[in-house]
Amino acid sequence: MIELQILLVTAAAVFCIGLYGVMSRRNAVLVLMSIELMLNAVNINLVAFSRYVYSSNVVGEILVVFIITVAAAEVGLAMAIVLRLFRNWRTINLDAVSNMKN
Amino acid sequence: MQLFLTSLTASIIFFSSLGVVLTRNVVHAAIFLLVALIGVSALFLVQLAEFLALVQILIYAGAVIIVLMFSIMLTRETEQTAVSNNAGKLILGGASIVVFIGFCTAIFMTDWAITDYVSNETGRFAALGKALFSDFLVPFEIASLVLLVALVGAVILTREGREGA
Repeated sequence: MIELQILLVTAAAVFCIGLYGVMSRRNAVLVLMSIELMLNAVNINLVAFSRYVYSSNVVGEILVVFIITVAAAEVGLAMAIVLRLFRNWRTINLDAVSNMKN
Repeated sequence: MQLFLTSLTASIIFFSSLGVVLTRNVVHAAIFLLVALIGVSALFLVQLAEFLALVQILIYAGAVIIVLMFSIMLTRETEQTAVSNNAGKLILGGASIVVFIGFCTAIFMTDWAITDYVSNETGRFAALGKALFSDFLVPFEIASLVLLVALVGAVILTREGREGA
């Protein structure tokens, strides 16, 4: 059965795309989006394993539920930080705001 | 049929994720991300994780994308980020591809003991809920605490500073 491999390779590809986005983007919101991509790659992996490899089948899906919860909390907080940054610096370019003091 | 659907959704996810990191327009990136997340939801549906497909649509497509759109609209950069050193981007891309190749060798070297555990099962919603409220009760409550703290933190962070900050 090749399906597990398709899922795993897709997840690895999406994870690496997200990694590239986190490293290369300068806009804070775009970095956030790349982090979401990486989290989703992990979710794909967990669903694939919980279906094809690990016998206690709901554990993987419950982990996905928790990851989605944490991702939602993270996005909310990160949006607050981004808005704060924009109010203080008038920019969300991460190179421009890389020091925390004014 | 299942193999075809899996490959189709996987390629949709792959290309729209590429769109997220390669497009220059921030709003286009958000739309690509939306397509990728809905693709992941479709993949969950194909892999018989219906509850997760539902949650994925509800939370990602419904909430996260909206929040991201809000932050894009509220922090509109006047200048588009210039084409900052292409050489650096090439190096980063190369590094990511190396990591990907490493993952692929790991995936294809491993001898997976594949069994389809899910296909013949019914009542997965009930099993999920039962596990969530018995074996995973403490993490579940902690997750709700995390959400509450994140909510309060976001409100405090975005409030107009009273100490003149």
